[in-house]
Amino acid sequence: MSAFDATALRAEFPVFEQTIRGKALAYLDNGATTQKPRAVIDAITRFYAHDNANIHRAVHTLGERATAGYEGARAIAARFLNATSPNEIVFTRGTTEGINLVARSFVEARLRPGDEVLVTGMEHHANLVPWHMVCQARGARITHVPLLDDGSLDLDALPGLLTDRVRLFAVTQVSNALGTVNPIRALVTQAHARGIPVLVDAAQAVAHLPAAALDVQATGADFVAFSGHKIYGPTGIGVLYGRGEHLSAMPPFMGGGDMIREVFLDRSTFAEAPARFEAGTPPIAEAIGLGAALTWFMGLDREAALAHEDALLAHATAALAAQDGVRLIGTAREKVAVLSFVLDFAHPHDAATFFDFEGVAVRAGHHCAQPVMARFGVPATLRATFAPYNTEADVEALLRAVARVRRVFTE
Amino acid sequence: MSDDAELDELYQELIMDHGRRPRNTGVAEPCSHRAHGHNPLCGDKLALTLRLEGDVVADVKFLGEGCAISTASASLMTQAVKGRPVGEVLDLYHRFHALVAADAGDASAPDTEILGKLAAFGGVRRFPTRVKCASLAWHTLEAALRPEGASTVTTE
Repeated sequence: MSAFDATALRAEFPVFEQTIRGKALAYLDNGATTQKPRAVIDAITRFYAHDNANIHRAVHTLGERATAGYEGARAIAARFLNATSPNEIVFTRGTTEGINLVARSFVEARLRPGDEVLVTGMEHHANLVPWHMVCQARGARITHVPLLDDGSLDLDALPGLLTDRVRLFAVTQVSNALGTVNPIRALVTQAHARGIPVLVDAAQAVAHLPAAALDVQATGADFVAFSGHKIYGPTGIGVLYGRGEHLSAMPPFMGGGDMIREVFLDRSTFAEAPARFEAGTPPIAEAIGLGAALTWFMGLDREAALAHEDALLAHATAALAAQDGVRLIGTAREKVAVLSFVLDFAHPHDAATFFDFEGVAVRAGHHCAQPVMARFGVPATLRATFAPYNTEADVEALLRAVARVRRVFTE
Repeated sequence: MSDDAELDELYQELIMDHGRRPRNTGVAEPCSHRAHGHNPLCGDKLALTLRLEGDVVADVKFLGEGCAISTASASLMTQAVKGRPVGEVLDLYHRFHALVAADAGDASAPDTEILGKLAAFGGVRRFPTRVKCASLAWHTLEAALRPEGASTVTTE
């Protein structure tokens, strides 16, 4: 175990100052959403208590402060992804909106009947359904990179799938259901060699990978989408990174205030990116909260924090793998944060109810990844997902919960 | 009620037994009514077939995959409605729904005389996230009996 002090980190999160049904909270549902440190909660409170105003229009002091906070958050997000400019950062409601924006404003007009959008067998519904929608509208079709039995991509199949009909390769960086980490840089290199742009769903990746893996100049990704709430920030705010040359050539996604240059009664001209893609009053406090979250996260000893998280995952994985009647779903060599499993003796929903009585919060379900469930022949899994504020005590609680379910259902 | 007592009430012996060894699984043949139930949030699926003879449920069977609560609910439901006229079945449907979806603070005793074994699901009301598990089979049955016939019902 590293010298990382998870207990000190945990003390920064007010949510852990409580018990659940008399037990310490073992929050292992970080893949669904992460808890928020005091730094983020305080930033949001401070904004509403001192700086609240609308942005980009008011001349008064509060308006200037609100605008500075909002645009400051954009600069922080640019630094987080190592974008070449804050203008490559579009604020969205989350990963889902970012992907829909690219589907509607970048991909749809390029699709001709018979064209293809390439995805993978491990995508979250958010990185499937928008492509289904534009492909149906344009008579195009979806192709996919299949999964191997360990939950990694069948990379041998990729070259044959990068056809000259593919208009976009949409791929997750980390599978939310399996934990598999995909080699984004290599995937982008192969796609670009065929002239195919790449969108990366980084929702599950941002809180669990080192900075180098998320560096858009290093990976070469054309678009990267993520959500604030999965990286210790608020819900309702996310980031779409888009290479400048793409964003400046794309039409708006939604029309309204703040995204225009000039409006006449019968027509309008549009602002430059990123304002062009941010119609209406945005979630200002949430953007500022996201900036605080990214600043907080970048201020961690990230290597030690992620090593701690990996050690917990390794411990829990080894302990469960050794048990009869436990099947791990997703055992790729390169994986982070996610431990998906099924129990021979109990349905995931029954197990999760018992887990809750041990103070253990996990997700039970299909994780918005029904094709993954189908690939592994299960209707649902239990999924424990880790964060740096988790401790060995949380892993022990998880193992205790599994033992209790085994007792009840195999007695 | 203590926490563990709540859990014991939810997973009482009758429910565990029917969850493990569901009765009336399969397809009713011949069958006059059918419906599919689906809970898209958890993936539970249920295919219900039944045969009315006159106004009476002569046979009813189900196939499905789900948790112990949803499997036991389907199993006990088939036992409860077999041999009953449709009017009584729909009355049971409403009573069952009131039983499991009641306000958790509602301490009124279920009408065990009419509900019979179904009263075992009274503990579900303390688990709002599990109400859909218990009610999927009943919603599917109600859908199968609708005059417009075969359909798919979803709960979420």
